[in-house]
Amino acid sequence: ACLKENWNANAEAAELQRLIAVEQQKAQFQAQVHNFTDVCWDKCMDKPSSKLDSRTETCLVSCVERFIDTTLTITNRFTQMVQKGAH
Amino acid sequence: MDSFGSDLSSGSSSGKIDPGTIMEQVKVQIAVANAQELLQRMTDKCFKKCIGKPGSTLDNSEQKCIAMCMDRYMDAWNTVSRAYNSRLQRERARI
Repeated sequence: ACLKENWNANAEAAELQRLIAVEQQKAQFQAQVHNFTDVCWDKCMDKPSSKLDSRTETCLVSCVERFIDTTLTITNRFTQMVQKGAH
Repeated sequence: MDSFGSDLSSGSSSGKIDPGTIMEQVKVQIAVANAQELLQRMTDKCFKKCIGKPGSTLDNSEQKCIAMCMDRYMDAWNTVSRAYNSRLQRERARI
């Protein structure tokens, strides 16, 4: 009986950890959205109007895509630079 | 000897850990932090957009601008959220 209680407690803790990890991943996504919105607002919004027009929508979407592309480009090129021993 | 691992919830009936309550608290805390982040960034952007030379009060046009700006910021946030989600799906599909 003592062994079963230990097993159940460990299984519960593991399950809790898993559930929390899921929420953390969601929170990380939200944090990224905050960052992108911050940067892309500056790039794309002119004067606040009564509605988001399609030009601004397109700009925001492109901004997110190009920001991610930029991140990947920098990561890749930097990796190459480090591998070549440059500084 | 009892069978092992039959039911995850049977252990919690002793009242030691309630995963349900803990998860509710975790979700609420995350939601609160998210709302605070949103408001802080929104305030920064809308102050920059709407208030020129700060006067002694917020006049009517400034109030209206702030209200519109808030709506647009949330629209922008949702657009960005969808775009980021799409990109993540696309990247995952490539693996």
